[in-house]
Amino acid sequence: MYNGARLIRVFDVPEYSGRTPVNMSHPPRRSGVKVKPLPVELDGLACERDERELFASLSLRLEPGEVLQVAGPNGSGKTSLLRIMAGLLPPSAGDMRYGGNSVYHGAGREDWRRQRLYIGHAPAIKGALTAEENLAWLCALSSPVGTEQIWQALEQVGLRGFEDVPCHNLSAGQKRRVALARLYLEQHPVWILDEPFTAIDKAGVTALENHIMAHAQQGGMVIMTTHHGLDHLPGVRCLDLGQAN
Amino acid sequence: MRRIIWLLFCREWRLAWRRPGDLLNPLVFFALVVSLFPLAVGPEPSMLRAMAPGVIWVAALLATLLSLDGLFRSDYEDGSLEQWVLSPHPLELMVLVKVLHHWMVSGLAMVLLAPLFGMMLALPASVLPVLVLTLLLGTPILSLLGAVGAALTVGLKSGGVLLALLILPLYIPVLILGTGAMDAALQGMPVIGFMLWLGCLAVLAITLAPFAIAAGLRIGVSE
Repeated sequence: MYNGARLIRVFDVPEYSGRTPVNMSHPPRRSGVKVKPLPVELDGLACERDERELFASLSLRLEPGEVLQVAGPNGSGKTSLLRIMAGLLPPSAGDMRYGGNSVYHGAGREDWRRQRLYIGHAPAIKGALTAEENLAWLCALSSPVGTEQIWQALEQVGLRGFEDVPCHNLSAGQKRRVALARLYLEQHPVWILDEPFTAIDKAGVTALENHIMAHAQQGGMVIMTTHHGLDHLPGVRCLDLGQAN
Repeated sequence: MRRIIWLLFCREWRLAWRRPGDLLNPLVFFALVVSLFPLAVGPEPSMLRAMAPGVIWVAALLATLLSLDGLFRSDYEDGSLEQWVLSPHPLELMVLVKVLHHWMVSGLAMVLLAPLFGMMLALPASVLPVLVLTLLLGTPILSLLGAVGAALTVGLKSGGVLLALLILPLYIPVLILGTGAMDAALQGMPVIGFMLWLGCLAVLAITLAPFAIAAGLRIGVSE
């Protein structure tokens, strides 16, 4: 059900602002998972902010092909957990292992660094740069991609014709779409997404859900927070930080 | 590795080019301070000549400080810095490129303008090369040390005053050496000693500051 034809149909934009079209001689590239991820294990992870315990002794094992939704009320530590998993924030206790090796002080560090993609609350989009320039730089931070691939990715998130528009002229939802176009460009097998559906319209949410499920079916791993219900998607695991405490 | 340095450089140029106001601020400040002094103290050439080293150096120092507050702020606020920290490329190298770019649009521009202001302040032509050389060695130190402070205060809402308090003591040796070299040149004494000291500090700053800046940014991002 999550095949390529469906994906393209969902993302197709009917009207078009009259700019030179992308060379579509070969079909759009979908993010194939080249490298299979290794299992991720959280072992007694804890997080403290301002001397307040957000969560403690959190243990979990994630296998390749799994989608984990981190849920919970505001302030329950969802973003902190994602930042800890991405490696931006040190945990106050516990460890995280990638393929059996510690991500914080072990051999798992380099693998994890190359294989996880983190898109946070602040989507790292520069208003003064165009969508294309933003994506070219963000992808170059891991591995450079060509202009044509960027145009195809932008088309897939419904931003055909906006490639050369400075991002401060885009709406909040469009900016978020530019950031999410990285999911169509980069080859990371593990995605860590903080509220990816914020400001995205209904059709965009459906398309993104399909893309996430397609990624998981190809063996990728997705860890995301959202207040948006994912119950209609098969096989999504849910970690409720509100209940865990 | 070379590719990422080149791409980062292009990105910084594009960003600077599209907000020319930010680019010109420190230069305009530098020009204003230096050109207001003759108006305030009178056009007596001997007095201007005696004050010139101090005025030019203090103006350059404050102009650098003024431009530093926003060095990492916008990248921090829009999440770009998180992506830099998470990238497999060394953060130290990326911040070095960023500071180098900052120096080119502030420090280097001041170095190029300095002979003009030197002449305005009645400096003899024989001293102008010394002025240019001291600034060429000194302004990179100002940018690099200032970037350490900017990295440490990146998470603060108004880090401007704190940044000045943190960084000004570190600027004092550079200020003393820079103006000392100019005074020596004005009295016809050798300046090579001052130049070597400035060169030493510049090498030290280029070698060590990127590590301190990167460490500061990592702390800032993890808050």
